[in-house]
Amino acid sequence: MAYLELDRVAKQFGAQTVVDDFSLAVGKGEFVSFLGPSGCGKTTTLQMIAGFLEPTRGTIRLEGSHLTKVHPAKRGLGIVFQSYALFPHMTAAENVAFGLEMRNVPRDERAERVRSALAMVGLAGYEERYPRRMSGGQQQRVALARALVIRPSVLLLDEPLSNLDAKLREGMQIELRQIQRTLGTTTILVTHDQNEAMSLSDRIVVMSQGRIEQIGTPQDTYERPASAFVSQFLGKTNDFAATIDRTVASARLVAGSWSAPAPAGFNGSVTISLRPERIGFADTGLAAKIITRIFQGNHWLFQCESECGPAIVIRQNDGQPQPAEGDVVRLTWRVEDMSLRGGGA
Amino acid sequence: MSAAADTASAAPADDRRAGAPWALAAPALMLFVGVLVIPLAMTVMLSFHDWGQYKGIEPVFILKNWHEIATDPYYAEMFWRTFRIAILTTFLTAVLGAPEAYILNRMSGRWRSVFLLVILGPLLISVVARTLGWALLFGGNNGLVNKLMMSLGLIRAPIPFMFTETGMVVALAHVMMPFMVLSVWAALQRLDPQIENAALSLGAGPVTIIRRIVMPQIMPGVLSGAIIVFSLSASAFATPAIIGGRRLKVAATLAYDEFLNTLNWPLGAAVATLLLVALVLIVVGSNALIERRYAEVFR
Amino acid sequence: MTRNGPLALAFHTVFVIVMLAPIVVVCLVAFTPEGYLSLPTNGFSLRWFRTIANYPEFVHAFWVSLGLGALSSFVAVAFAVPAALAIARYKFPGRDALSALFLSPLMIPHVVLGIAFLRFFTSVGIGGTFSALLIAHVIVVFPFALRLTLAAATGMDRSVEMAAVSLGAGSFTLFRRVTLPLILPGVISGWALAFIQSFDDLTMTVFLAAPGTETLPVRMFLYIQDNIDPLVTSVSACVIAITMTALILLDRLYGLDRVLAGKSDPGR
Repeated sequence: MAYLELDRVAKQFGAQTVVDDFSLAVGKGEFVSFLGPSGCGKTTTLQMIAGFLEPTRGTIRLEGSHLTKVHPAKRGLGIVFQSYALFPHMTAAENVAFGLEMRNVPRDERAERVRSALAMVGLAGYEERYPRRMSGGQQQRVALARALVIRPSVLLLDEPLSNLDAKLREGMQIELRQIQRTLGTTTILVTHDQNEAMSLSDRIVVMSQGRIEQIGTPQDTYERPASAFVSQFLGKTNDFAATIDRTVASARLVAGSWSAPAPAGFNGSVTISLRPERIGFADTGLAAKIITRIFQGNHWLFQCESECGPAIVIRQNDGQPQPAEGDVVRLTWRVEDMSLRGGGA
Repeated sequence: MSAAADTASAAPADDRRAGAPWALAAPALMLFVGVLVIPLAMTVMLSFHDWGQYKGIEPVFILKNWHEIATDPYYAEMFWRTFRIAILTTFLTAVLGAPEAYILNRMSGRWRSVFLLVILGPLLISVVARTLGWALLFGGNNGLVNKLMMSLGLIRAPIPFMFTETGMVVALAHVMMPFMVLSVWAALQRLDPQIENAALSLGAGPVTIIRRIVMPQIMPGVLSGAIIVFSLSASAFATPAIIGGRRLKVAATLAYDEFLNTLNWPLGAAVATLLLVALVLIVVGSNALIERRYAEVFR
Repeated sequence: MTRNGPLALAFHTVFVIVMLAPIVVVCLVAFTPEGYLSLPTNGFSLRWFRTIANYPEFVHAFWVSLGLGALSSFVAVAFAVPAALAIARYKFPGRDALSALFLSPLMIPHVVLGIAFLRFFTSVGIGGTFSALLIAHVIVVFPFALRLTLAAATGMDRSVEMAAVSLGAGSFTLFRRVTLPLILPGVISGWALAFIQSFDDLTMTVFLAAPGTETLPVRMFLYIQDNIDPLVTSVSACVIAITMTALILLDRLYGLDRVLAGKSDPGR
């Protein structure tokens, strides 16, 4: 049975539907990310789980019992806010102790748990600091400790790393993952950063305009995007218009000068969706001219004008000579690396 | 020469020319020294001069006025009344204004700006007109306020408001209220909008949230509002003069009388100087205290 | 989203009623048809507004107030703009002391200012004149003009000026074509707030005004000292109407919350 379950949850503000028909089952100990651009409804969904917003329709269940009827103060969820929302007039230890105080945890046990929670996030010795005297990363850790110390049934993270600089963010990602693994806390992360979602989560819920576009493992959503939106949101992608030619003996999938045996289930015009790093240069294939070539350290980025429109190609920098700007090349790829959608691009 | 001056003042980021800011500020500075600093110094001097019914002001240096203020219990009583009224007014504005600012802050956008205008607008409306309104509402024993409170059963006998300290405090609190609401409002704006949700998610009830999370954070706002209200109430003139009448004197109205009725300017100057010094000490002192108390937490 | 409970809304309603009551009462009584103070129960009448015309000292005081307010706030702004630029632009020794001095009229009780100016102007021989009033008002409204100008100058993007300089603008052109237009909303709001302050000031002006240079608040105050009748309510209603108009203009122009934020906090 699912641990946390959202069943056709919807939220409307006046006439505007912000979240619609959101159904998701989260297993115990799972790390799930809500990924999407701003305004896609991911934070709204999180706030409904937290209880700050009430769903217009649908139900939310935790271990089989209705969560929607429980007052937010009684839900026992741990939340890390985007702004951290630390209590500025309390020290780090007081911040972390607050939730335990509300639960009437005895003083001795409280002190011990606060100490170990701060130690877990690497802030031993910072107990008496006020938030204003801490760096963004340290504040973030206090917020995490404060949410985890109450041993929440679910940990909700609302863009927790977005206020950190790139380098710190990477470090925090690894740490967050380790802590979550160690404690085994069921976690939901809201983010607009696809790298963050992919590197942290067991599963990703890709959202757009209040609806779920795809639910799957990071690899799934990247390799087999269910929609044009997903493929474009999760990294760079090429969309080529192609046709299935059934006039020849064995049917063929044709995109310009490139062709391959046609897969079953499609007919007429289709769209080939293809990651740029899966395209190679060859002697035969889609004809293209290289417009710009950009060196990016560990790889080369080519912007080409192909028979089927603009194309992006990424090649590993393996020391081999690469085609130059203005060269005419042929692009090719393996059939299993592409995904097909019905209809034109 | 002119070319050099041109490039220097034209480069906006140039901090090296030490003279430039002084040149810009010079007109205002001269104005302030000429017609603010000098007159204030003259007033302090005046408080040491002698005065007689027939001889007028005599430019000598004596402590007669200060001695009179220090020994005559009339002045002690008057200053104590002034500060008592100011303290009560400050208390009233804090107790009513802070919750109102909090309620205001929780309203949705449109209502919030409407009521903010309604509450803060009076700040800019003539104090005389506002106090006149209270005089009309109090209006003797059968004024509107008394009639209303009696019909609601809040009081049995009419409370005398006109020419009493009660009336002065009520009217002053009304006049000063916008300052308190504004100050608490500003503190509320600095609050993280998610902070109450954070406390809620940790299991805190509404009373705990207000007592443990909101109150401590808006306290600096309440205190700085209190300083403003206190200093303005202690030196208020129009409201005590209209509501308090000629009998119930506070520092400002007493100084006015000494200057324009009794014509004992040196004594009036002494009263004014004492008021100024007391207020500056109280305001600067409590500002320093607040800053020390909250330095760690805020800033 | 948390909403206010019924108790909070009840508190709010009473609060707002009490805040508005004295102002509303003044305006209502002004329309009474009776010859004494009363709420207009038997229809509205403009007789007390017409009566104002029979009291030339009120009409004269109104013009004095208007002229004094407009002129003193204009002069204050003229002094405040360069001073604000100096404080906003440069870090120099004495900067904090300078701005403290410029804001000090907010902290000094107006009674004390009134006394100081009375003493000063009498001894230089211009006591009771319009010029004396003007100078005094310039000092008193200066902090308001400075505050809003300062806020505008501090909030201004300096790179815009650098861009203008790089395009060849001289210092005067820079000020006239770039700096001034950018800080103008702050300057105008500063002027308007200064005007309202000057228009409303009683405490200081009551020491300085002589017959002939009495401002409207002073005239009203002296009148109330003797007796309260519907005439003074109709005058007050006019004053309230004028202030409201200015307020709405100010709100449209600059946002009232920003203007009012400039008014509070005399301590710093």
